[in-house]
Amino acid sequence: MADVVLKTDALNKSFGALQASRDVSLDLRPGEIHALIGPNGAGKSTLIKQIAGNLTPDSGTVELLGREVTALDTVARARMGLGRTFQISALAMEYTVLQNAVLGALGGRGRVFHFFRNVMKDPELLERARDALERVGLTDDANRRTADLSHGQRRQLEVAVALTLKPRLFLMDEPMAGLGTAGSKALTGFLDGLRQEAPILLVEHDMDAVFALADRISVLVYGQIIATGTADEIRANAEVRRAYLGEEDAA
Amino acid sequence: MMLTRESLLNWAMIAALLIVPVAAWSLDEPFIITLATKAAILALAGVGLNIALGLGGLISLGHAAFFGIGGYAMGILAAHAQNYEPLFEWPFLFEGSNQMPLIWLVAVVFSALAALVIGALSLRTSGVYFIMITLAFGQMLYYFAISWSAYGGEDGLSIWVRNEFPGLNTLDPIQFFAIAYVILCLALAFAARLARSPFGLALAAARQNEDRVQAVGLTPFTLRLTAFVISGAITGLAGALFADLNRFVSPTMLSWHTSGEIMIFVILGGVGRLYGPVAGTALYILLEHLLGGISDYWQIFLGVLLLLIVLFARGGLIGALAGREKAHG
Amino acid sequence: MTYILVLEQILNGLQLGMMLFLMAAGLTLVFGVMGLINLAHGSLYMVGAFAAAAVAGWTGSFLLALTASLAAAAAAGALMELVVIRRLYRRDHLDQVLATFALILIFSEGTRWLFGSFPLFLDVPSYLSGPVSLPGGIQYPLYRLTIILIGLAVAAGLFLLIARTRIGIQIRAGEADREMIAALGVDISKLYTVVFALGAALAGLAGALVGAIQSVQVGMGEPVLILAFVVIVIGGIGSIKGALAGALLVGMTDTLGSVFLPQLFAVFMDPASAASAGASLASMLIYILMAAILLVRPSGLYGGSA
Repeated sequence: MADVVLKTDALNKSFGALQASRDVSLDLRPGEIHALIGPNGAGKSTLIKQIAGNLTPDSGTVELLGREVTALDTVARARMGLGRTFQISALAMEYTVLQNAVLGALGGRGRVFHFFRNVMKDPELLERARDALERVGLTDDANRRTADLSHGQRRQLEVAVALTLKPRLFLMDEPMAGLGTAGSKALTGFLDGLRQEAPILLVEHDMDAVFALADRISVLVYGQIIATGTADEIRANAEVRRAYLGEEDAA
Repeated sequence: MMLTRESLLNWAMIAALLIVPVAAWSLDEPFIITLATKAAILALAGVGLNIALGLGGLISLGHAAFFGIGGYAMGILAAHAQNYEPLFEWPFLFEGSNQMPLIWLVAVVFSALAALVIGALSLRTSGVYFIMITLAFGQMLYYFAISWSAYGGEDGLSIWVRNEFPGLNTLDPIQFFAIAYVILCLALAFAARLARSPFGLALAAARQNEDRVQAVGLTPFTLRLTAFVISGAITGLAGALFADLNRFVSPTMLSWHTSGEIMIFVILGGVGRLYGPVAGTALYILLEHLLGGISDYWQIFLGVLLLLIVLFARGGLIGALAGREKAHG
Repeated sequence: MTYILVLEQILNGLQLGMMLFLMAAGLTLVFGVMGLINLAHGSLYMVGAFAAAAVAGWTGSFLLALTASLAAAAAAGALMELVVIRRLYRRDHLDQVLATFALILIFSEGTRWLFGSFPLFLDVPSYLSGPVSLPGGIQYPLYRLTIILIGLAVAAGLFLLIARTRIGIQIRAGEADREMIAALGVDISKLYTVVFALGAALAGLAGALVGAIQSVQVGMGEPVLILAFVVIVIGGIGSIKGALAGALLVGMTDTLGSVFLPQLFAVFMDPASAASAGASLASMLIYILMAAILLVRPSGLYGGSA
């Protein structure tokens, strides 16, 4: 097994005059939760998109499980074992909760070009889907239409669909957003255990969750990582306090 | 499985489409049998389009291309057969054919190939580009057929005798209807299975959320291209039958009005409803027959009706009769 | 093959290109500003042609006929926008396609009902008929030359309108961000009606101008509409510059292809099959051009991301 699961090396990405990523190098190691924080507009989404394969960096490389993937698209990276949750829920809204989970299981298993068998009666897929729903606590909602779910439930379903892929690492973009205190706490507990299964690169605004969970934290400001370290190191870092907390105070 | 109102309605429609011509046959009304045959064939074209449109969300305004290719497959094979002119002599001598199964096979293969090429180009884009590009490719074939003088150019191609099917007398209206009806039922059964299959689940998911499908490691382009090819092939088969019904094929089958009409069949019935094309085609033929008898300008009424459905009754006929669509599971 | 023939065909291509630009400009504006695909744009072209033919028949004045085409198409466009189109801005493209297809049925059959199925004729006025001598010894029909000039004038006018005027600023703002311009206090629904009517007027003018070369009949707008689609797909949807570039490319390709491809084929084929193969290929040439451009630039020459 590779000693780093994910590694970015000197990523640069500009949109016109705006440099959204500046020499971004970070890595994700087995068994850890690595949180990425930073004020709004710091370039977190741009970075996530380069890691997931939606955006190609102007320069720099992305490595997944020891293999360079900079030229590969999102689909190829997902197949290599990148399980992603989106900041804005990306779910099939007309489908039931279970159908969304089965879709994930189908993607995880492959062999999608079957035209005759009933996908919702495939025991292997159903087991995988139900198992994931149970783990995030959506078992009772399996037959509801996804569009009818609450915002928080959709976040849970995002995580469940990522679980069905049995990924080698997770890339989670604000999974706590809109969950409320109780939901947030439950998900924090869940992610805490999940890191043993696969490491998590976590982008999150909920600082309680970040400081409770993260083995390491990277702080992104104006496209640049200004510090990486443990929660205590980050708390003590003067530059972080100035750049990050200073801005929070001003806002 | 519990019978919902929609599935009851579906059974009623498919039964009515059988009962009406059988009754007409016993009353010796061949014209009504022909109308029912036309409805079955056009519904088949709609079932084809609906796989791309309803399931895949691909707004193709170029399905006349496949309908017309199916038509010309019939026209060319049968014309060579009736004139005893070889179609090609190498690698083996082939003098065309008047056997429906072979004609259907050729129609399906060639419309699928055309769908593969057109789809591969058009699916590089999305949204309005996709609509305009499918429209443009359809029109390209239309103009090609007009300038292709070897097979009748603008005048089209007539066949003297309807093609044959082993064991049946295809000149007998009710027997030809039976052929069209059975094929329609098979296509509906296939479309129903497809919608519930792993492929159907992924395809319809790509319509709802492309990011999600990519994030689970599936490629929307491949799913859509496959759907487009299947869709084109079924519409092409309908084209071969339609040409056989009229014993005539002309560039009109390829014109963009035909694409628009096939889409209307799907919409009048209800988008994304499995039996939408059956309901829509039946309504269309009925309107054409009834209003066409009152006024030469009946398409004004069709236009107004279509406009009202689009603006105020999204579910189409099935939506009005059976209520909102359930999340199928 | 003389260079005069070549120049003449280039002028013909230019003339077709200008006509297509008049059609495509409205389509691309309406898409750029309102995000709407309008299949019934060809009906407005037809309305312009019929209005011109009717007024010319009635008054004998070609200028009045052109004015009528502008007015009738603009009025039909404004009415269409007020009654139907504005309900479609928030709908998906499928609804737009279907509703505007329904409008085509209504307009076409309505016109057939009013004017009958026989084509009308619109004559080129005497002061614009006959050939004119151009530098280089080319004799070229004055009327076609006039069409080219009108097209150029409209193109220049549109660029000025969009670059320099208040409404142009609003149009550009509307393309960028609908909420923003509404927040700035621009009456957005009025702006949409005006833009739609402007596009309609240009289509109507094109219909009237072409009506004097070809016949005026129901369905005349549809082939042009599809060419205009090819134009804006090539040029990039929403871009006036792209519409102009695409229109010239399509006009030239279509005209030169249909004249010179059969001759080119005759070099290595017998004349009869060269004529037929050349004509077949020429009829597909612009679509092949479109496919080739799409392979390289899926969102057109001047298009942003689709």
